[in-house]
Amino acid sequence: MSEAKLRIGYIPLVDAAALLIAVDQGFAAAENLDIELVREVSWSNVRDKLNIGLFDAADLLSPVAIASSLGIGHVRVPIIAPFNLGLNGNAITVSPRLFAALAGVADGDLADPKVSARALARVVAERKARGGEPLTFGMTFPFSNHNYQLRFWMAAGGIDPDEDVRLVVLPPPYMVESLASGHVDGFCVGAPWNSVAVDSGVDRILHFGCEIMARVSEKVLAVRDCWATENPDTLAALIRALARASVFVDDASNRAAVAAAVARRLDVEAELVVRTLTGNMKIAPDGTIRMNDRYIVIGRNGASRPDPVQAAWLYAQIVRWGQAPLSEELCATAQAVFRPDLYNAALGVTPSPGDGEPPDGIGAFVGPDFVPRDIGGHLAAWRLKRSERPRLSIVR
Amino acid sequence: MRKGSNPPSHGTLSPGGQRDSTLKIAIVDESPIRAAILEDGLREAGFMQVERIAETHNLLARIYAMDPDVILIDLESPSRDMLEQLFQMSRAVKRPVAMFVDQSDSASIQAAVDAGVSAYIVDGLKKERITSILDLCISRFNAFARLQGELDHAKGALEERKVIDRAKGVLMQAKKLTEEEAYALLRKTAMNEHKKIVEIAQAVLTAAELLK
Repeated sequence: MSEAKLRIGYIPLVDAAALLIAVDQGFAAAENLDIELVREVSWSNVRDKLNIGLFDAADLLSPVAIASSLGIGHVRVPIIAPFNLGLNGNAITVSPRLFAALAGVADGDLADPKVSARALARVVAERKARGGEPLTFGMTFPFSNHNYQLRFWMAAGGIDPDEDVRLVVLPPPYMVESLASGHVDGFCVGAPWNSVAVDSGVDRILHFGCEIMARVSEKVLAVRDCWATENPDTLAALIRALARASVFVDDASNRAAVAAAVARRLDVEAELVVRTLTGNMKIAPDGTIRMNDRYIVIGRNGASRPDPVQAAWLYAQIVRWGQAPLSEELCATAQAVFRPDLYNAALGVTPSPGDGEPPDGIGAFVGPDFVPRDIGGHLAAWRLKRSERPRLSIVR
Repeated sequence: MRKGSNPPSHGTLSPGGQRDSTLKIAIVDESPIRAAILEDGLREAGFMQVERIAETHNLLARIYAMDPDVILIDLESPSRDMLEQLFQMSRAVKRPVAMFVDQSDSASIQAAVDAGVSAYIVDGLKKERITSILDLCISRFNAFARLQGELDHAKGALEERKVIDRAKGVLMQAKKLTEEEAYALLRKTAMNEHKKIVEIAQAVLTAAELLK
């Protein structure tokens, strides 16, 4: 096969590691792929440049791939995800003032999201009672796990995320400064920005994303459906390169090399990348460490294989918060975005998720098990939701 | 669409329709020079209600306050994602949509992306009314990029001159050469090695630093 030239857009975050390593460690070249990585500054740019064909493929927020295929809030461009770049990887960070307020009203250990959600509800109610401004939280995009994880956690404590607090989109590089200047009281963002906030000497990581949901698709390799049809061999080669790169990223003996390569692309200290990859996170300026090997999952436990259950879960969040109506047709379209068949065809193996994975494939910290066939029933379990009145129209 | 340097009386409604001069245009650009160039161009073309938004915090609040018909944003601005939140709002404000919503004009979208600009327009605004704005925007962004390129080139040339001058100084001192002889040596070496003079000069400086 002759060499294929590809332009792939990405946002400089640790969860782009498999893509970066595929290029920097030669896994792409071994598949005869000449990849030009294009660093982008916004998810809107990544999505639009993929949609109009300036990129052949992109590192994309998993919910954006679904939103784009459904045509919600934007032009409908069918996107498919034949490879999952990472599971989990986000965290919720709060200002010292908010942490002190939570600690003051907590009825248990704040490391438990049930306790922290109840504490947050008390803080929110107190502020409302004395006529204070609502708390403001930053997240990275309307269609993102950052948005959904914050909402899921808050709603579990009885907070209406649309009425009781403000959720604002902030580009990741602005998060830490916005917290320092008091424009936001907390945020949910990917690595390395939570660690940057902790290292600034004041902020605290309250929760890892995996404490809210144990297994959630965070970033996918996204391509246009029509591009995949026209370039099946190139796509298969890309999937193979990414699969090998993911295994390389996961191998502890490569940690120093991986961290150095990723850190170079991200312009951060390699040590910050190591913290994320090992899940050995400094969560407070006093040096307190919280360890969770699920913090980010790349290349193991079936993480690389796109899972339609994950797509259904993300669609359920989109519906729960009023971004799209509930319908079987839309749910089927959402699930069809994740393409394990293309993954299997390229690699010829079907890895099972492995032990210790949540039985329903998600492992949310509260609520019933997730059943993809019955999203309506699943959503009925929640008191707080917006699905009665979708706010976005479907653009076809 | 009115063009040219005669601005129509601003803010007036012509009988039977809104004049384009009344379109409210917000420019979100972290480069104050480029924003100023764009604003001037829009005013020359008769758009009188143009506002520049440079600071990114409270971006949405400022946009709500202005309630623009068209938002032009630099594609290199991370703040673009903040604008996406506008689509999520159920408030009674005009709802802007990304220009990418209308794919019928993919050539102009491509040109805009190449120039590095994106536009959001209020839903329902006729495409013809935005076309001239977008065209103007693209040409001004491209002109700015050209100027920037020329400036970078000039700066680079100046830097090269400095490197070569310093390398000449090193050679003059170390080998007791005149300035002309030092330059001739650099040039001859560059020709022999198929390299640029500045590369040889840089190598001389690096070597001098190592041998200090």
